Amino acid sequence: MKKSLIAALFLAGLAFAGGVTLNGAGATFPYPLYAKYFSEYHKLTGVRVNYQSIGSGGGIRQLFAQTVHFGASDAPLTDEKLAEFESKFGTPVVHVPTALGAVVPVYNVTGVNEPLNFSGGVLAGIFLGEIRKWNDPAIAELNPGVKLPPLPITVVHRSDGSGTTYIWTEYLAKVSPDWRRRVGAGKSVSWPVGLGGKGNEGVSGLVRQVPGAIGYAELAYALQNKIAYGAVQNRSGKFVLADLDSVRAAAELPDFPADTRVSLTDTPAPDGYPIASFTWILVYRDLDRNRAVRSKAEAEALARLLDWIIHDGQKYNPALNYAALPGVAVRASEANLAGLRYRGEALTGR
Amino acid sequence: MRSRIYGRLGDRVFTTVLVALGGAVMLIAALMAWELWSGGAEAFRAFGFWGFTLGREWDVVAGRFGAWPFLLGTVLTSAVALGLAFLPSLAAAIAIAEYAPRWLGEVVAYLIDLLAALPSVVYGLWGIFVLVPLVRDHLEQPLFLWSAAHAPALMGLLGPPTGIGLLSAVLVLALMIIPYSSSLARDAIRLVPREQREAMYALGATRWEVVRRVVLPYARGGIFAGVILALARALGETMAVTMLIGNGHQLPFSAFGPAATMASVIANEFAEADGGLQLSSLLAVGFLLFLLSLLVNVAADWVLRRMAVGEGQK
Repeated sequence: MKKSLIAALFLAGLAFAGGVTLNGAGATFPYPLYAKYFSEYHKLTGVRVNYQSIGSGGGIRQLFAQTVHFGASDAPLTDEKLAEFESKFGTPVVHVPTALGAVVPVYNVTGVNEPLNFSGGVLAGIFLGEIRKWNDPAIAELNPGVKLPPLPITVVHRSDGSGTTYIWTEYLAKVSPDWRRRVGAGKSVSWPVGLGGKGNEGVSGLVRQVPGAIGYAELAYALQNKIAYGAVQNRSGKFVLADLDSVRAAAELPDFPADTRVSLTDTPAPDGYPIASFTWILVYRDLDRNRAVRSKAEAEALARLLDWIIHDGQKYNPALNYAALPGVAVRASEANLAGLRYRGEALTGR
Repeated sequence: MRSRIYGRLGDRVFTTVLVALGGAVMLIAALMAWELWSGGAEAFRAFGFWGFTLGREWDVVAGRFGAWPFLLGTVLTSAVALGLAFLPSLAAAIAIAEYAPRWLGEVVAYLIDLLAALPSVVYGLWGIFVLVPLVRDHLEQPLFLWSAAHAPALMGLLGPPTGIGLLSAVLVLALMIIPYSSSLARDAIRLVPREQREAMYALGATRWEVVRRVVLPYARGGIFAGVILALARALGETMAVTMLIGNGHQLPFSAFGPAATMASVIANEFAEADGGLQLSSLLAVGFLLFLLSLLVNVAADWVLRRMAVGEGQK
């Protein structure tokens, strides 16, 4: 008797919560942030969100296979991929930025304690294998007063495909024509030199183990693990040490695109850190075209969740070392979310 | 009543179940091969089977894929690791089974078997934090400096002495496969009939002569089976190798330099491959790895059969 009562109460509780469960999959980079969002949102509304951090590529694949309500990616969909969605399912994919991240150069140079200055050209030279020693005049010129040892440089890169590599190589391709021609930008590229480590922890582990090594890692990872990193010269000539403010400043663009698919690397913003990027949640604009969305209630729950993330959710970003969205990105996303549809009907956003 | 349980019906049911289970295993293997083949078909079509297998370039940005560096990396690391591990594991098996007092033998055997139970990520971590600095400071750097002074031609073959690369990966791999070949060899040696040894002792043979003339020839089938098991393990090992090999996409031409294996490139790139040719190429690499393992097993089976024939003739 008692047991069945409890069971009935439990079922009633589920029914009260609407029983809505949303599934998402994708990028690993914002996973800690998303875990926080979804647990807070569950407390607030009772809507459950399962998120699997299987990688941006996996997220896009799952969204294409329609097994998830939303995907998440560190890189925007390419024009070809967008067209593929459009032609196969007859709906565009909406990009909703949730946070900003940055990639910083990390290094292990014996006897150097102050943060080193780098420029895009010097970083490209190092990663192309053209600058081979730490006391190379090109590095010394940017760091007057620092005594650089004649140590050989060992380049460390990510061995796994990753959004971090995409941001890093996209920056190098923008600032160095040589890099663009010989290597290009991508989640995994054909590296001319260096060792590969798996994940941020793999790269920073190798950098720590090999004297004279230089690699790149996510800002959030470097901050959490108190790894020293260098400053990078931005387009206005200023040496910027990445922090949440300078990363957020990178997105303060005067002509912010409506679909938010914008590359922030080599940003023209005067105080912005030049190797920053958004991370996005991806949803179908016509949500009924996604087989994973089984009812209007689910579509509405998804729209409300996204709306909450770009507004109230943002307050959780800084504590977890992610930069919050700047005003321009929030306004663009509001307009995009207002465009979400279910069987042609607009969804009551808030 | 009782006899009916073991009667025809029971037999038939049992046979059916056995055949179904056995068939399922073969079906699963065939399905895996088929899935990998059909997944990789796009890559094989784009570059041709041999073009893909022997292609030296793996450039995701340009969309050009070839598995040769990884195929070579897998074969090279596995073969060298096996070469390094064979004598120590055989020696350990002989020492445990023939020479050591029973209690000591059991302790050592237990410890060696324990090596097989360690997760490979633990080997990888141990490699990064213990082996790599050791290899770098006491093996690679002295060798590199010596070759710089005396034989500059060798420097290209040695590669950058960073500690991360082919050499460290091979060393850890060798350590990982020792328990497999060692424990099978040990069991095979223990199975050598007492009478055989006693006959040899009666002829006045020393202990070493008994091991060499009776035990090893008699146990060679088991020893070889252990070697094959170790090789299969080495071919497929992913995590520890990925952490230590340096993951370079160039041909593995330098001893200290970075390389990659088929398993490591799949582990590295699969999660972020967003469909298309890259995904297909990774599955094609998986198919080649499947093929390689199959080849090794078929070859091993053939050699084992020949060995058995040889024993019969004696």
